[in-house]
Amino acid sequence: MNHIWTIIEKEWAEVFKNRMVLLTVIIMPLIFTALPVVMLYIMNSSGVAGEMSDVPAEFAALCETNLSAGDCMQIFMINQFLFLYMMMPLAIPIAIAAYSIVGEKTTRSLEPLLATPITTVELLVGKGLAALLPGVLATWACFGIFHLALWLMHVPVGVRSYVAGPVWLLAILLLGPLMAVAAVNFALIVSARVNDPRAAEQISMVLIVPLLGLLFGQIAGVITVNAQLMLISAAVLLVADIGLIYLGERLFRRETILTRWK
Amino acid sequence: MIRTEGLTKLFNQGRNQPSITAVEDLTLQVEEGEVFGFLGPNGAGKTTTVRMLACLIGMTRGRAWINGYEVGRDDQAIRQSVGLLTETPGMYDRLSAERNLTLFARLYNVSQPAARVEKYLRMLGLWDRRMDEVGSFSKGMRQKLAIARALLHEPRLVFLDEPTSGLDPEAAKLVRDFIEELKTAGRTIFLCTHNLDEADRLCDRIAIFKTRLVTVDSPANLRQKLYGRSVVIHLAELQPDWVDLVRSLPFVREARAVENRLVIRLDDPEEQNPVIIQQLVQAGGHIQFVGELRHSLEDVYLKMIGN
Repeated sequence: MNHIWTIIEKEWAEVFKNRMVLLTVIIMPLIFTALPVVMLYIMNSSGVAGEMSDVPAEFAALCETNLSAGDCMQIFMINQFLFLYMMMPLAIPIAIAAYSIVGEKTTRSLEPLLATPITTVELLVGKGLAALLPGVLATWACFGIFHLALWLMHVPVGVRSYVAGPVWLLAILLLGPLMAVAAVNFALIVSARVNDPRAAEQISMVLIVPLLGLLFGQIAGVITVNAQLMLISAAVLLVADIGLIYLGERLFRRETILTRWK
Repeated sequence: MIRTEGLTKLFNQGRNQPSITAVEDLTLQVEEGEVFGFLGPNGAGKTTTVRMLACLIGMTRGRAWINGYEVGRDDQAIRQSVGLLTETPGMYDRLSAERNLTLFARLYNVSQPAARVEKYLRMLGLWDRRMDEVGSFSKGMRQKLAIARALLHEPRLVFLDEPTSGLDPEAAKLVRDFIEELKTAGRTIFLCTHNLDEADRLCDRIAIFKTRLVTVDSPANLRQKLYGRSVVIHLAELQPDWVDLVRSLPFVREARAVENRLVIRLDDPEEQNPVIIQQLVQAGGHIQFVGELRHSLEDVYLKMIGN
């Protein structure tokens, strides 16, 4: 455990001095939190109530009977931003983890590190947690700020209840960390096999594509985001995470990394 | 300390490509407290050998033991008991010198990391710069820091891969002096180097290596094996017949004149020099100096590698 924590501290001390990573970790959550808050503020202050006919039929059916058309419209709009929140635990860990191994290769610091009595599992877990925790914590913090903003803006209780309901909670508290685990392991696998930090980040960002698919699917009315979808996605992600962790450990070959790197 | 038996490393080049032999059938033994030089040209397999012995890469064939632990079976224990200075320092440039060392002290399970880090930073004259980012350090300072990192856990055996490579003469001397201190302190040092003068000065024994082991011996024995021992006699004036006079002595293996000097190859100069000097003085020679001619390790190395 001591080795793992040492690696986490080292990663954070180093990676947060990298401006590119720092911008990703700070700017992205700020933007993703501000966007729905600003949108809701405009909707509330302009008094746009909206009509039930403006809401996709599949979604309208999910709105509780005691919600007004305006509330249902707001919930529909907020749900679009749910995917932005789910992008945070993907993009932030990827930005950190992608740099993690390949960064060590470029600075030639990996060989002395591998010469210590640290095990491969300790190294990968340390690097993984160092990338995962900022992403997940930033997402949770932004979710808290979002809630606070809803309360300060006197957003209708029905809307606030929805955001504090199972769909959002499952997304933020369960799906987000599971996605972060997948992102970190995928990025570490890529990072161990490429020679350039930017290439590692770009390749790893492929993981965002399925999420964008869900976002566009919801906008087009093809997919309806509900608790059931969240639970199914969580189950799929859990299996994917176990596979990626296993693969990551199997593919991390000290010899290959040291001897094939030029 | 180090024992290898038929250590071999092949690198696969991919499908339908022949494997490259980096190290072939290396058998050697390094004793405790010895400074062992590992000399060879670029691409000879020196770094690959060190990486195998430090359990960074696997071996294709053979067996090796480090500090009594077997490579491939007790890798964690070996990593804990050896220090490795890699060819490039590979420090974390954005972190301070102190933080760099503290990180490794903790990874090497040092019980009081702060005290140990302070000891080595002071020893290497880096204490005043401990809070500076390593990225701002000169090459020599980075190399010293990398040496400190290799020693933090007080390993009995230290692998030094090209410790003075790319350093200016002043920095190289600092590093060499530090290696001398380690030698005095009784550490076992496995020194890979291109610097033959450095190897000559520091090493108790030298292995000349080019994928295979060419030879192993002390620098003095290597010279003697190849060139025997030679003495140089400086005379005020050298008469041509004095060369023949010296050659006529039964124990003289070779004698030649170089300006006013006589260069004579002998087996036992301590016993034979007085006889030669007596003969020359009796013949009227005015002897100014007598000294031993030392062939450089470079001569030995080039001859061995050439063979």
